[in-house]
Amino acid sequence: MTTTETAAATGAHNAELLLQVEGVEKSFPGVKALEDMRLDLRRGEVLGLVGENGAGKSTLMKLLTGIYTREAGDFWLDGQPLQVTSPKEAQEAGLAIIHQELNLVPHLTVAENIWLGREPVTGGFFTQPGAQVQKTRELLSQLGMHIDAKAPVSSLPVAKQQMVEIAKALSFSSTKVLIMDEPTAALNEAEVDQLHELIRRFITPQTGVVYISHRMAELKRIADRITVIRDGHYIDTMPMAETSLDQVISKMVGRSINTEARPEGVRDDRPIVLSVSDLSTKALLQDVAFDLHRGEVLGFAGLMGAGRTEVARAIVGADPVTSADVILNGNRVTISNPAQAAHHGIGYLSEDRKRMGLMLSLPVSHNIAVSSLSERFTRFGFLRNKAIIEAAEAARKLLSIKTPDVNQLVKYLSGGNQQKAIIARWLVKDCDILIFDEPTRGIDVGAKEEIYQLLNKLASQGKSIIMISSELPEILRMSHRVVVMADGRITGILSAAEATQETIMRLATHRDDAVTTKTEKAGI
Amino acid sequence: MSTKTNPPAAVLAVAEKTGGWRERVQQLFALAGLVLIFIVFSIARPQIFPSWSNVTAILFSATVVGLLALGVTLVIITSGIDLSVGTGMTLTAVMAATFIVNWHIPIWLGVIMTLLFGALIGLINGVNVAVFGLPPFIATLAMMLVAQGLALVISNAAPIYFDPENFSAYLWLSTGKLVPGLPNAVLVFALAAVVAFILLNKTLLGRYDISIGSNEEATALSGINTKKWTMIIYAVAGLFTGLAGVMISARLGSAQPSTGAGYELQAIAAVVIGGTSLSGGKGTIVGTVIGALIIAVINNGLQIMSVRQEWQNVILGLVILVVVFIDQFRARQAATT
Repeated sequence: MTTTETAAATGAHNAELLLQVEGVEKSFPGVKALEDMRLDLRRGEVLGLVGENGAGKSTLMKLLTGIYTREAGDFWLDGQPLQVTSPKEAQEAGLAIIHQELNLVPHLTVAENIWLGREPVTGGFFTQPGAQVQKTRELLSQLGMHIDAKAPVSSLPVAKQQMVEIAKALSFSSTKVLIMDEPTAALNEAEVDQLHELIRRFITPQTGVVYISHRMAELKRIADRITVIRDGHYIDTMPMAETSLDQVISKMVGRSINTEARPEGVRDDRPIVLSVSDLSTKALLQDVAFDLHRGEVLGFAGLMGAGRTEVARAIVGADPVTSADVILNGNRVTISNPAQAAHHGIGYLSEDRKRMGLMLSLPVSHNIAVSSLSERFTRFGFLRNKAIIEAAEAARKLLSIKTPDVNQLVKYLSGGNQQKAIIARWLVKDCDILIFDEPTRGIDVGAKEEIYQLLNKLASQGKSIIMISSELPEILRMSHRVVVMADGRITGILSAAEATQETIMRLATHRDDAVTTKTEKAGI
Repeated sequence: MSTKTNPPAAVLAVAEKTGGWRERVQQLFALAGLVLIFIVFSIARPQIFPSWSNVTAILFSATVVGLLALGVTLVIITSGIDLSVGTGMTLTAVMAATFIVNWHIPIWLGVIMTLLFGALIGLINGVNVAVFGLPPFIATLAMMLVAQGLALVISNAAPIYFDPENFSAYLWLSTGKLVPGLPNAVLVFALAAVVAFILLNKTLLGRYDISIGSNEEATALSGINTKKWTMIIYAVAGLFTGLAGVMISARLGSAQPSTGAGYELQAIAAVVIGGTSLSGGKGTIVGTVIGALIIAVINNGLQIMSVRQEWQNVILGLVILVVVFIDQFRARQAATT
């Protein structure tokens, strides 16, 4: 009732639009999360939606799927008022959302996941696995996905799991609008292309896609128009073709950002702090060898599954190795667990901050001090809580971590500030070698820039940094040298001058052994 | 550091702020529950229940479950569990009697050896969990059975008595009254609770305990030897088990090899009622002490009301359900607002 009344009152409803959001408001205690939010999705288009973390994107998605209840405003889907109270109802109405965190049951197969809750049954009870698999195969081949319908989801790489999620959304014949939240966060370039191909297939004059992403280059390729939101407010919508990335970014953050920066100077004339050779693991790594110089940012590029994270985990002793020769500041060392790595001044910052980086239920101060408790924050075996708070406060100021208080639980911080807290952890520990695994994953553009500047500052202060990244622009922008990996081996080491998107992708996808050896020798 | 912060307050805030205000509210609820139950029984049986001698009896009966619960709290905070504390206590009681009565080892040394034996039981649990990667439930379930069996084997399935003529000093440990009107067992429990509180809130052990429970993998990647600390925490729980073994045998004047099973569940119940989360990462000693007292008050009160033993368990079970339900309800409220 209310929706139609409001529509009549404002006259804002436009039946030509596929999905319309008008004047939506939502607040949480103490915060106005959304205010006068708008969104227009036309028929047959891909609409990019961008905004910094905390801009209100996920709140809007939760309102659309009925997880939250809006306080004001209207939704229309295909000309009809949209009133749903659960994601299931939203799906039935034709609105499918693919969340950043995958919602699949790991131990069930691809087919079982896709038809979960809608299994073909006989007698209302007995499942028909055969028919289900058959339907799945038809669906997957229709979508051009090469995935085994009978494989357990947990056996698939993340990229394929993402595909399964998309297949599931598209298996509802009623799906008209597909909303994707950071769909490419875990994908490499080739997989991104594959995903975009899928999106183009899905688009008809009756359907549309809302594509939420932090990756500007991707939006440029896939989106027709782009909507920017900031601090819970609608800012602007622009045709993608006529808009520069810098324009978008400055609307997002309210300031302009230089996306063309490159690292300054060379650092490989400086002393070697870490020399790794003959590093192999049972599962993947084969004779990995590289040097890290003081004050250097050494980028590690490669496709998903190339073994970059495995190298980092092997160096810090988190995973067993079959052979490894590690020379640290001229001394041969054996590191068999992360405690020893930390003792040697090597800190690892995982790509999966929530699972492997943060003690989410604990205060920021603990997350900063945890690595240094035994040597810096105890006296006669007792904790010096005051010193912990002081050190955390100092780190908060130094890295400008945005939190009202270091006693705040770290789970309430944004992704960028959580990352800073982990960086602070290793700075308080006074580590000289920092291994960053996807340092800006899930971090919004403004905070990304801050992390980059922080990394540069650390390097110029003499810290040595290994930076694993799947984003080529990030690799190019930050790295003094670039190590490229494929299939568990290093396929090349490039200087900043040699490194381009093309040279890196060639090494990451092609493995020419003759060239590899030559490049490696030249690089080391 | 801002100048307006009063250091002791800040220290306290951090010390007890492992789970934020929610935990303190849970403690207040538990404390309010304890007072409420006490008042209800006092009204029902005003002559007997609130008398000093009965209050002393309640405190006395809270000590054994309470001592076990202190150790179990530390283990549960790691997101583990210890099912071996009940029969472990029986085994340590049997060992105390073996050392002191059968082997004529001096009492003080026998007590120390018993405590160390308890720590050894815990250490074996810790090794099985941390080094061999057994789920804590399985590792300590196995230890529960082993301890139960060994207690019977070592004692030949017969109680070993501490002859009051020769071992009065041993019995004094529990039943003596260093403070007039208060059994020593209560003092020991209070002291042990203070030690556990300091361990959890003021030392590396406690901080790592909470950190491991919050996220073991992240803690390990932060450079903490989580395996070592997990073993230490289980060993400390074993130490409390050994202390409980001493206190119960000193109180009964004998080591009873066929008792003990079931105490581990009471101890876990005390921990849960006290607001410690079974999923780890948060918990308080104060809560556990309150939890142990609630159980003792309910048992004592129902006895005085002449409620049959069987019904006491039913009621205790319902209390646990209500407490956990309230806690989860508030957690959901906190999550949606």
